[in-house]
Amino acid sequence: MTMIAEQDRALAAGQAVTMAGALNQALSDALSEDDTVLVFGEDVATLGGVFRITSGLAAAFGETRVFDTPLAESGIVGTAIGMAMNGLRPVVEMQFDAFAYPAFEQITSHLAKLRNRTRGRVELPIVIRIPYGGGIGGVEHHCDSSEAYYTHTPGLRVVTPGTPADAYVLLRQAIKSPDPVIFLEPKRRYWSSEVVSAHAGSPLDRAVVRRPGSDVTLISYGGALATTLEAAEAAEADDRSVEVIDLRSLAPFDDETVTASVKRTGRAVVVHEASRFCGYGAEVAARVSEQCFHYLEAPVLRVAGFDIPYPPPSLEEYHLPSVDRILAAIDRLQWRETAPVVQVAG
Amino acid sequence: MATSPMTPECLLPGPTPVALLDAAGQVIPGDDLDMPGDQVLLALYRMMVLGRRFDTQATALTKQGRLAVYPSARGQEACQVGAVAALRPQDWLFPTYRDSMALVARGIDPVEVLTLLRGDWHSGYDPYDKRVAPQCTPLATNTLHAVGMARAAVIKGEDMVALVMLGDGATSEGDTHAALNFAAVWKAPVVFLVQNNGYAISVPLAKQTAAPSLAHKGIGYGVPGTLVDGNDAAAVYAVVRRAVAAAAAGAGPALIEALTYRVEAHTNADDATRYRSREEVESWLARDPVTRLREHLGRRGLLSDAVAAALEAQAEAEAAALRQRMNSDARHDPADLFRYVYAQRTPELRRQQHELAAELADLEEARTHHDDDR
Repeated sequence: MTMIAEQDRALAAGQAVTMAGALNQALSDALSEDDTVLVFGEDVATLGGVFRITSGLAAAFGETRVFDTPLAESGIVGTAIGMAMNGLRPVVEMQFDAFAYPAFEQITSHLAKLRNRTRGRVELPIVIRIPYGGGIGGVEHHCDSSEAYYTHTPGLRVVTPGTPADAYVLLRQAIKSPDPVIFLEPKRRYWSSEVVSAHAGSPLDRAVVRRPGSDVTLISYGGALATTLEAAEAAEADDRSVEVIDLRSLAPFDDETVTASVKRTGRAVVVHEASRFCGYGAEVAARVSEQCFHYLEAPVLRVAGFDIPYPPPSLEEYHLPSVDRILAAIDRLQWRETAPVVQVAG
Repeated sequence: MATSPMTPECLLPGPTPVALLDAAGQVIPGDDLDMPGDQVLLALYRMMVLGRRFDTQATALTKQGRLAVYPSARGQEACQVGAVAALRPQDWLFPTYRDSMALVARGIDPVEVLTLLRGDWHSGYDPYDKRVAPQCTPLATNTLHAVGMARAAVIKGEDMVALVMLGDGATSEGDTHAALNFAAVWKAPVVFLVQNNGYAISVPLAKQTAAPSLAHKGIGYGVPGTLVDGNDAAAVYAVVRRAVAAAAAGAGPALIEALTYRVEAHTNADDATRYRSREEVESWLARDPVTRLREHLGRRGLLSDAVAAALEAQAEAEAAALRQRMNSDARHDPADLFRYVYAQRTPELRRQQHELAAELADLEEARTHHDDDR
């Protein structure tokens, strides 16, 4: 209760709110506005979730609408599907990225397909919230970047906020969406804070330009966004004007915003912490190459995690994309002063 | 063993399957279960005759290439018809791919029932029309959908029970475990009907479980388990009806194991002689559910030869009508591929739809030119 009340005040007063607080506020507002919204999962009621995102909601809205479930992720998503078939809007929590895998069959075989299977007769407005990614010193199975598993599944929307303000806006929009949404929360940004508006923000399926620039476009999302923005600032020192795009919606993909930027800058780097091979950046690089080939001055590069299982806490700093690694990638974009001089005969 | 409602023993099935009629259609005395009324028995018989003829026709349609595949439920008529007859209009049914007869009994158009197996679309009927979920092909996943549906009914204050059908093999899947557990913890009005037909494709029950029976699994979740003769339509109806009434009254979920037999192979593409003997099949044919109820009704003078003949004629007419309707090729619109993936097509799906349309237009143009040249 206190947490919600404090956030209410903070939002109204235009004070900074953490991403965790913004998410909590979004859930609270959705529960207030729409009686069909339910929040459930493991430890979400009494405890308020292991990250406290649902703190105070059970007390405020009662355990019929905010409740703890038995410990089975497939059970959580499978029952959410049945509830949505009966007109409710479940917002469920998977405790950690890798703990969502038991629900994979329900997500891919049913959640993603039921609308299609029934020619639109069955609509499943379900949000699956998943704290994802590393950077918090978590032990194994607590730090996966599993977005590509979901973005490769037609029928799902996959959304990830990179900022507290977007966390609020995107979660509200996800809950209102008639499509199922995989809502990936970058857990290492839960405690970042900024001023959050309940009444502003871009639509659910649009990318946004977080920072304008003219020399190169950095394309990122979720947990890697803050690092990418930091790298963009640092690049200014080398007189590189860097544009940063926050994808927000990983599926569907906003080609328009991305290609408009790359056609202007002629150079692009995709930054994410998930493994590189068949990672989300591969799709971004392919799309940019297909649609901007004649505008590109250099191949699209990827700064990503290594192709390894997520490392233990004491080694994760070597794995996560860093400012230096992003700057190094920018340097490799065949700038004129460093590009090899080619003599053209005749 | 006498049990009080508070002891765990009351969650266990009895030592023998609940039955009201023996294989010859004679009434088995005893038990606290009421024999369904005459009209119900006649209705069950009628639905079983129509259901069996539908099933035979569907198998025949695979041989004519009109169905891509058909998993027959021949031999399981009593389970499918008995369960559906016990449901009220406001209840929901969550069937599997083998429960086509149950769908027909629930009143869904047989052509729409076969849409999936014909390969025209994944589900042909509107689930909300008769409150029947799309037939579920992955095993046991539908158990959780039923629990969610039932839990939502409680939250919304609706008088509704969800009945989910699953097979013996599906009880080994993790989702069955989760569903029984969730249903019990939530006291959700769900009836789990396991049609134990002896085989999961080729794997017999002995390789599936070491439990004394599948109904015994209920006690581990706090769910009462009942074992019923699945070839006795009267008993299946009575047991399911009792469970539906109890669930609707707030007693929570029930697990029912109906002992039956899949007379045909897993599907038309399967060869059952590789894993079971002719003698075994024949021993089950002697316990045929349709014959059993006919014998009973005949003995009691409830089914005259004229009524029986009229029913057979109706079954033939319905099969002929189905044959006729399945004989024409359904028209397919390739644009449908893109229409229902999301509430609104994404820009990418619009592009892909145009790609396909352009490809088809090119083909059509090439064909027209080819014809002109001839």
